[in-house]
Amino acid sequence: MALTLMKGSEAIAEAAIRAGARFFFGYPITPQTEIPEYMSARMPEVGGCYLQAESEVAAINMVYGAAGTGARVITSSSSPGVSLKQEGISYCAGAQLPCVILNVMRGGPGLGSIQASQGDYFQGVKGGGNGDYHMLTYAPASIQEAINIMMFAFDKAEKYRMPVLFLADGIIAQMMEPVEMPEMVEYKVDPEKKPWAATGWKPGDDPAKRAVINSLFINTEELSAHTDVLQAGYAEARKNEQMWETYKTEDAEIVLTAFGTVARIAKTVVDEMRAQGIKVGLFRPIAVWPYPYEPLAATVGQPGVKAVLDVEVNEGQMLEDVKLAINGAKPVHFFGHCGSLFPTTEEIRNKILEIKEGF
Amino acid sequence: MAVVFEKTNLLTDKQFHYCPGCNHGIIHRLVAEALDELHLDGNVVGVAPVGCSVFAYDYFNCDMFEAAHGRAPAVATGIKRAKPDTLVFTYQGDGDLASIGTAEIVHAAHRGEKISTIFVNNAIYGMTGGQMAPTTLIGQRTTTSPNGRDEAWCGAPIKMSEMLAAVPDSYYIERCAVNNNANIIKTKKAIKKAFQYQLEGKGFCMVEVLSTCPTNWGLSPVEALKWLEDNMIPYYPLGVYKDKGATK
Repeated sequence: MALTLMKGSEAIAEAAIRAGARFFFGYPITPQTEIPEYMSARMPEVGGCYLQAESEVAAINMVYGAAGTGARVITSSSSPGVSLKQEGISYCAGAQLPCVILNVMRGGPGLGSIQASQGDYFQGVKGGGNGDYHMLTYAPASIQEAINIMMFAFDKAEKYRMPVLFLADGIIAQMMEPVEMPEMVEYKVDPEKKPWAATGWKPGDDPAKRAVINSLFINTEELSAHTDVLQAGYAEARKNEQMWETYKTEDAEIVLTAFGTVARIAKTVVDEMRAQGIKVGLFRPIAVWPYPYEPLAATVGQPGVKAVLDVEVNEGQMLEDVKLAINGAKPVHFFGHCGSLFPTTEEIRNKILEIKEGF
Repeated sequence: MAVVFEKTNLLTDKQFHYCPGCNHGIIHRLVAEALDELHLDGNVVGVAPVGCSVFAYDYFNCDMFEAAHGRAPAVATGIKRAKPDTLVFTYQGDGDLASIGTAEIVHAAHRGEKISTIFVNNAIYGMTGGQMAPTTLIGQRTTTSPNGRDEAWCGAPIKMSEMLAAVPDSYYIERCAVNNNANIIKTKKAIKKAFQYQLEGKGFCMVEVLSTCPTNWGLSPVEALKWLEDNMIPYYPLGVYKDKGATK
């Protein structure tokens, strides 16, 4: 298949449509406004619905409504807007509604900047809304990878009945790359496969099949039983859905950890350092929830590994998961900035040389 | 013996949790009967957000969504856009619709969203135990206006029907009350009209229903009805505020 040069935001939007999404509810915010713009033109062409909500709060609640009918629904925003969606995300998680949420991360806190950032890792994987919940959370490092993940994101959301979050930094949305776009998936709501969805129950039908889309369990024992169901889903996802990439870690002395586009910078550093005879490798989580704790521990646990360097465009958020995985077995260093300052290969190389001096 | 009255099957057999004298029970029945009479054959979805009626999913015998506080019109928008042939209604209180959910209700009306909203206005937050609402009357004592609502400090009660009637793409807005039999019959007609307009593909419709909250007003059910007549109806006049479908 031929490669097409596409902007990330448009490619991700098109992939969502190819994956069966027919409902998009959103609100403009830089640096992801090209996604609603693309959707506003494209959705009508495929018989879908683009609707500009009055706010991100409303948009995620429209997602809640449409997802409750079994449709494939997506919304996108950027950091401050995703903060506004947290209430609705928690409700979607509580009511077990499959949907896809895109966060094209920009600098924070507050209004921050409009430049790319990775500052919402905590919000994404540690629970940005209230209550005990998780989302399958993916951090693509290329536009093609974002497309490929999108093609299975709805299937996973439906399998586990939970929202799926894309933690994409602004670079993924704003850059252009040659991509291969998959074929269109034909998706139709099947009430047999989604017995929980509102598909037209009427009095006289089996009362157990009446759709009640709800996250309220006023009786504490009932809430406890409900969260047990959620937790069982998270346990299953932890078992099945870890995704990661290792690059030249087999003989590495120093292992870099990074996610998203920062991992691509780190990959360049690996090759540059190896050209100088310094054995560096990269461990890149593709799914940041569930986090690949054991695979990272195994990689770093190799006897030849002397240190770990975590690189992020924030002040050390994934760093906490890296440390949890490694659990003190090896020294963990950090290099990163908030304020949307992406590290240069030279800065990372210098940090590696500094660490190496300590050996 | 001939059956002259039956409970509609659009209500479940679950016993209401509402306080004695509360008007929610009457309004639930009117909504369910109106739905029943339209023979929708399962093409009906209700949305009830946080408030005293948050458990409406236990009472209305159709597909139901519980929604976050104030967000029912947005949830209903998502449902209606996904299932345009389904009758979608929201059932919201005044703390919900007139306070935290003003953006959602105004913009559902602004988009001409083809949904029907039942707005139950009892001038107080019921579920949380009687706090001041935007609809609380001047001088009315609540747990958060212990000396009575002071207009200079927190404004005058908001009039949602008047406000939403001014939104260009709202279609039908009427304020009713369920304080006596004649008004109960009028309320049911209004609710049914709102549903019929939706089935005809017309735009946003809302029926505001003035309702009592004897528990939080500190009155007996009978006194509460009198209080509603003496205080609420004069400030919130009953009537049709907008009807684009009315024959001229």
